[in-house]
Amino acid sequence: MIHCYQFDGLNIVLDCHSGSIHMVDPVAYDMIRWYETQPAEDVISRAVTEHKITRGEAEECLSDIDSLKEAGKLYAPDKYENLARDFRKKNFNIKALCLHVAHTCNLNCSYCFASQGKYHGDRALMSYEVGKRAIDFLIENSGFHKNLDIDFFGGEPLMNWEVVKQLTAYGREQEKLHNKNIRFTLTTNGVLLDDEVTEFANREFHNVVLSLDGRKEVNDRFRVDYAGNGSYDKIVPNFQRFVAQRDGKSYYMRGTYTHFNPDFLNDIKHYLDLGFTELSMEPVVTDPASPSALTEEDLPVIFEQYDELARLMVQRHKEGRPFTFYHYMLDLTCGPCIYKRIAGCGSGTEYLAVTPWGDLYPCHQFVGDDKYKMGDIYEGVTNTDMRSKFASCNAYSRPECRDCWAKLYCSGGCAANAYHATGDISGVYDYGCKLFCKRIECAIAVKLLTSDIRKPGDE
Amino acid sequence: MTRIVTIETRDLDKSAKEGGCGECQTSACEKLSK
Repeated sequence: MIHCYQFDGLNIVLDCHSGSIHMVDPVAYDMIRWYETQPAEDVISRAVTEHKITRGEAEECLSDIDSLKEAGKLYAPDKYENLARDFRKKNFNIKALCLHVAHTCNLNCSYCFASQGKYHGDRALMSYEVGKRAIDFLIENSGFHKNLDIDFFGGEPLMNWEVVKQLTAYGREQEKLHNKNIRFTLTTNGVLLDDEVTEFANREFHNVVLSLDGRKEVNDRFRVDYAGNGSYDKIVPNFQRFVAQRDGKSYYMRGTYTHFNPDFLNDIKHYLDLGFTELSMEPVVTDPASPSALTEEDLPVIFEQYDELARLMVQRHKEGRPFTFYHYMLDLTCGPCIYKRIAGCGSGTEYLAVTPWGDLYPCHQFVGDDKYKMGDIYEGVTNTDMRSKFASCNAYSRPECRDCWAKLYCSGGCAANAYHATGDISGVYDYGCKLFCKRIECAIAVKLLTSDIRKPGDE
Repeated sequence: MTRIVTIETRDLDKSAKEGGCGECQTSACEKLSK
């Protein structure tokens, strides 16, 4: 299976099952698309007629296509379905936990999937004892994994800051004893991001996510405190101070765009104006009846925004002022192996969320939904049927994905989004698929346009 | 003239034979990027 598309003068051909990417001229672009459905003689004569080239030139191009097919870089067969069937079922080692250290929040964002941090339950803070046991549980169940990830999440995790610090110290002590490498991360709304937190986070945390929706009027539409006051004026100086001291370590400014701001590129430009350069802007996933829900009518605007974002990245790269965008980050030569491409995030198997009282859920987006409770940190995973269901969730588990060119980039998509859109983790969140495919097209185009690779016909 | 430029990408077949090491961060490959 191949996928052909054009972006700002580039003709791009993706070979889905080999992962190969080709930049081609207009002649090859057409011949590659005709190759599988028309006899060779028809492909040649059509190329001669439509592109005003000689028969010899058309034959030479066809020969190149034949060679690439022979080399497994075009029209490669799909050989990975069996891998998908068995991969997750071979072991259930755990390598990442999302620690819900606070089921409470100092903001009252109406679009919050976690119902203002309470996850449809009572307010709660994780105790040191529960967090300590969660770290022990992770290490005990990590098997051969050396690298382990622990994210401090909420609600607002800084509302339980003393426990966060204690758990970080405990993790550092335990990783030495067990020859592990724990990468701590933090997601915060910035309200409590003071000098002490900044100093500690910049020393200890592998990555920090800073929540800001962009322009003041956009951010303050949803991200308000319990008195209804916008958070922008309070959090932006905190974020700027934090990033200035980050000293090269990873962070993300992370925003959510909704039906009220499908022109989210303006919010990304606002991030840049504020001095932030590691950026993420995500579509809201919410009840379709919500006024903030994205609509089909928003799609053309959103697609144009993603195109313009790609152009902005290329332009700023040329100017020596690059920035990163989460979904446009691809590593072509050292990218993920086929196992990662098939299996995705590992929710419900190698990645679990832990509530303040120690219950286990497949991921943070399922917390509070009792039928998805998988066990607890004392008894381990007891709902093995649920684990098996998540284990079989991958790029090959949905019939709708079978003929999708992007399945080995998206790994079958997000189980939580599928669940919230269709009521089934094996469902397909079609709107999300459209956005994902668009972003991958743009990401590859940015990669090619910012590389030194010679283009077809350059010599 | 060169009509097709193939970009260097990771060999997925080779990665299938090698097996996944599982050391990447939950979501570059950890092993290859070192």
